[in-house]
Amino acid sequence: MNRFLLPLSIFVVVVGFLGIGLTLNPREIPSPLVGKVAPEFSQPQLYDQEKVFSPADLKGKVWLLNFWASWCSGCKTEHPVLMDLAQSGQVTIYGMDYKDQREEALTWLQRGGNPYSVVGVDEVGRVGINFGVYGVPETYVIDKQGVIRYKQIGPLYPDTVEKKILPLVKQLESE
Amino acid sequence: MKWVMLIILCVSGSAWAGEARPLTDDPVAEARLKHLAVELRCLVCQNQTLADSSAPLAEDLRREVREMIAKNMSDPEIIEFLVSRYGDFVLYRPPLKATTTLLWVGPFVLMAIGVTALVMTLRRRSRTVAEASVTDEEHRRVEQLLAEGEKRS
Repeated sequence: MNRFLLPLSIFVVVVGFLGIGLTLNPREIPSPLVGKVAPEFSQPQLYDQEKVFSPADLKGKVWLLNFWASWCSGCKTEHPVLMDLAQSGQVTIYGMDYKDQREEALTWLQRGGNPYSVVGVDEVGRVGINFGVYGVPETYVIDKQGVIRYKQIGPLYPDTVEKKILPLVKQLESE
Repeated sequence: MKWVMLIILCVSGSAWAGEARPLTDDPVAEARLKHLAVELRCLVCQNQTLADSSAPLAEDLRREVREMIAKNMSDPEIIEFLVSRYGDFVLYRPPLKATTTLLWVGPFVLMAIGVTALVMTLRRRSRTVAEASVTDEEHRRVEQLLAEGEKRS
């Protein structure tokens, strides 16, 4: 019996590690930007192209920045969640239309509704690169000092909003 | 006839002119881009380098790197630009620091465990397998049996 104990325990440990490995998502790369000041940008707005959207105007506010595009399938899943969140009025959502066609973006918002307070346009994806975006949708929670406090890779689900986003926003509001 | 040939030549010439553009016009910059891009990981198709990948993000990042090369930024500066946005994950050769210790030391630890286990097993085996002693009588019998076997064959 004793001679099986060592191989068996090694086997159990290896299975344990592999089991943990299965639950991890290799797509989720920890962002080095969490805890740092959000990159500056000033982009034309989607609706009023003459106007500029810049995070400098949002100092002193807790806000969400959501990178989306009309061509992105994950954004379709996420859209109703964003609509609900916007309607609840608990946090303001700003959108960044990432590498998209203006007409299609407008049609998309007309059909599904517009959860964004302001939508900026990142036509060549440069703001995306500065934020470390590597796949839309991605959502950033930015605090009153303009620091990124959380990054959601992939679509927001009601569960994520309930358990992560809203408690964090509440905590940041009171800071 | 000559005219027709000339027109065909012109048309076909413009047909391929748009394809396979070099990465940059400057061969030195192109070499630098290639050298950098094989060290960097594409974030979308994670097992490809930035040089291999045709994902839109990889194209954008190559464009950024090309522009930084044009701005005469050094290789470490360019790598720092990408690491500050995407983390050490963009590097195919992650740096040795506190969070990556296990990654770098792990294989050697496993090898040390393996070698120790091997040495211990071999030692234990040499102790347990006793030397077989053969008496003169047995030796003679063996010789005899071998000789008989030879005769038979």
